[in-house]
Amino acid sequence: MGASYAHPEVLVDTAWVASHAQDANVRVVEVDVDTKAYEESHVPGAIAWAWNTQLCDTVVRDILPKAAFETLMAQSGIGNDTTVILYGDNNNWFAAWALWQMKMYGHQDVRIMDGGRKKWLAEGRDLDTTATPAKPGAKPYKATGPDYSLRAFLPEVQQAQKSGSVVMIDVRSPQEFSGEILAPPGLPETCQRGGHIPGARSVPWGKSCNDDGTFKSAEELEKLYGAEGVAKSKPAIAYCRIGERSSHTWFVLKYLLGVEKVVNYDGSWTEWGNLVGAPVERGAAKAVAQA
Amino acid sequence: MKPEHFSERIVEVDGWQVNLTTYQLGDKWHTKADNVSPGAALARIVADTREDAEARALARAKELLSRTKRHAV
Repeated sequence: MGASYAHPEVLVDTAWVASHAQDANVRVVEVDVDTKAYEESHVPGAIAWAWNTQLCDTVVRDILPKAAFETLMAQSGIGNDTTVILYGDNNNWFAAWALWQMKMYGHQDVRIMDGGRKKWLAEGRDLDTTATPAKPGAKPYKATGPDYSLRAFLPEVQQAQKSGSVVMIDVRSPQEFSGEILAPPGLPETCQRGGHIPGARSVPWGKSCNDDGTFKSAEELEKLYGAEGVAKSKPAIAYCRIGERSSHTWFVLKYLLGVEKVVNYDGSWTEWGNLVGAPVERGAAKAVAQA
Repeated sequence: MKPEHFSERIVEVDGWQVNLTTYQLGDKWHTKADNVSPGAALARIVADTREDAEARALARAKELLSRTKRHAV
């Protein structure tokens, strides 16, 4: 791996957004964990997507169906050639979830505002408090895919766990990894068993960010993930509880470090931790040599 | 409108770390409490003063965190 990001073009900084948010071919979209944040204030010109209603199938547990994705893009004024800038709270956690789906459906130019909502606020930049009206595009949006080379389903993860040939990264907190808690503190428990997939390495997703919400340097990321066995040419699977925190790590590994075959297992712990007979390991993370 | 007086700090609530983010927008103070991973937003409060916004956010966070069970490992 090199000393700079593998794909620096997927990031823009807050200054770039301040200058280009209103450009005709640019669409800025806020995607938050807390869907009320946008109503409180947002980047001028930005629209919002709610992860829990607009970025998933609300009946079947799945990503947004292709037709619904195309409709969302068209209603958001996004064409196939639009530059989409995603940002959000919690260091762009759900912005990465949106980017993962956009890449699965073949959108070419989608980027993340480095530092997200937090950095924008901390810098004291302009905010709007009224929702930006949606301006539907004139042309229909045409998605491709879905590209399942970016996503892992259960059978692939089970095979990877047995073979040991794939680096499995558990990006949840250390307490979730060990089995001490079954969901992030304050949230309802959504699994029957606590712990992690045997053989998984623990790298909490937030470790990839600086205090200001921006991503750590390529050098720091290489050190962080390299210590856990991640290499550019080695397949990797990222998982968390429902697949959103792991989409952040997926983004880091794929676009910042250039890992060639990295997938997001969005079934994650709410699938594995509820499976009858699935192997589960408990306890704190061990050093690589002990694993 | 520009945000002012942005601050962020970690507070311990019943053995859990909570990240408290506050800023002023116009004449209102906005506070968000999330668990420190960060893993989830626990509370979002708008109030007339920083003190009130943070106190109410922490109270709500405490209520939610009290429901979290620690399991023996």
